[in-house]
Amino acid sequence: MVNELVTEENVWAALQDVMDPEIPKLSVVDMGIITSVKISDEGDVRVTMTPTFAGCPAVNMMKEDVKSKVGKLPIRSVEVEVNYDVQWSTNMITEKGIQMLKESKFALPGHVDGFVSVDSLFKVACPFCGSRDTRLQTPFGPTQCRAIHYCDNCMQSFEQFKPV
Amino acid sequence: MAEDNKDAIRNLIFRIADDQLIIGHRNSEWTGLGPILEEDIAFSSMAQDKLGHALALYTLLHEIGEKDPDTLAFNREEKDYVCCHFVEYPIGEYDFSLMRHFLFDSSEALRFGMLAESSFEPLAKIARKFRGELRYHTMHADTWIKQLGSANEESRARMQSALNECMPLALGIFEPSDYELALQNEGIFPGEKFLQDAWIDHITPILNAGELRMPDVGNCTPSYGGRAGFHTEFLKPLIDEMSEVYKIDPKAEW
Repeated sequence: MVNELVTEENVWAALQDVMDPEIPKLSVVDMGIITSVKISDEGDVRVTMTPTFAGCPAVNMMKEDVKSKVGKLPIRSVEVEVNYDVQWSTNMITEKGIQMLKESKFALPGHVDGFVSVDSLFKVACPFCGSRDTRLQTPFGPTQCRAIHYCDNCMQSFEQFKPV
Repeated sequence: MAEDNKDAIRNLIFRIADDQLIIGHRNSEWTGLGPILEEDIAFSSMAQDKLGHALALYTLLHEIGEKDPDTLAFNREEKDYVCCHFVEYPIGEYDFSLMRHFLFDSSEALRFGMLAESSFEPLAKIARKFRGELRYHTMHADTWIKQLGSANEESRARMQSALNECMPLALGIFEPSDYELALQNEGIFPGEKFLQDAWIDHITPILNAGELRMPDVGNCTPSYGGRAGFHTEFLKPLIDEMSEVYKIDPKAEW
């Protein structure tokens, strides 16, 4: 039974329940990886996603989760396409997403202007004490989107959401 | 896409895709064996990136009429792969792997920068994505080249020796294809020669910032053949190992 009242806003709202399995507080919407939502008059929904990193192993899991969550709305069908029409950048993380990253004690990626500069990886503000007396340990952290730093002020390791 | 450009585009993408797949597999061989934990993770993470790049490129090939990505990756004859010899070599000592990583990824960063402007838009989109990821690879490589290229006599000597060994292989990355002119004329890719010149200009100051000397490129015989399907003795065992599980049951659902 197709309910013609389902709007794109309803789909976006449903997508707020699809979480990034690597950072479960962050939804795919707040990550900025949903690049378009279209709904036809007949109730066919088409969601487009762009991966954070080309080799992100969580993409298929999120894709299936999008299908299942959006599929609960009274619509005729849902299709999810993953493509590179829009290239993901950390600039696409929403305000709410940034708040979530702060609460989860991630250092923020900062704004990327064209290219990632080496400077944006050094002297990153520590998410625990706020000091900039920090060192980049390695740009390759536990997942592709995270770098590891060390704070010389509070002597704590921390992760940064890598600017891309 | 004009039909006569199709072969040129297909060949270009296969070369890049096969390079990603094979170097990705080689990089992954450092998992658990890296000299320090951070390097172990770095090579593993870069391997993951390379396989992601291979998947995106094989998917694009599939969209323009080739077989599905898994079949392209795991179920072709050795002679059908068009990767360069450089990516086929075993990981060797860490100095060799680091130097290969530096030389190869420098060329990749430049290549994807050029392809980001390609007139073949589906490839340009992917290249724009990869270019950003490659920044982290080159940053990692450049740091180690400068560090080990000047740390002490042993590290400098080992890196210089690795550089000398790698150079003919690295030049093989730029083996010209039969389609160079078509690719240039159509604004798809400025060509291997153009890329090689840009690469030499790019790597020389970084090598010199360590205390490494660029070998005389004019006196190196490039290791050509890979792009035409003639491979080193190292490729076949790698393909066999890589596709062993897949070939047990190609129809298996994962």
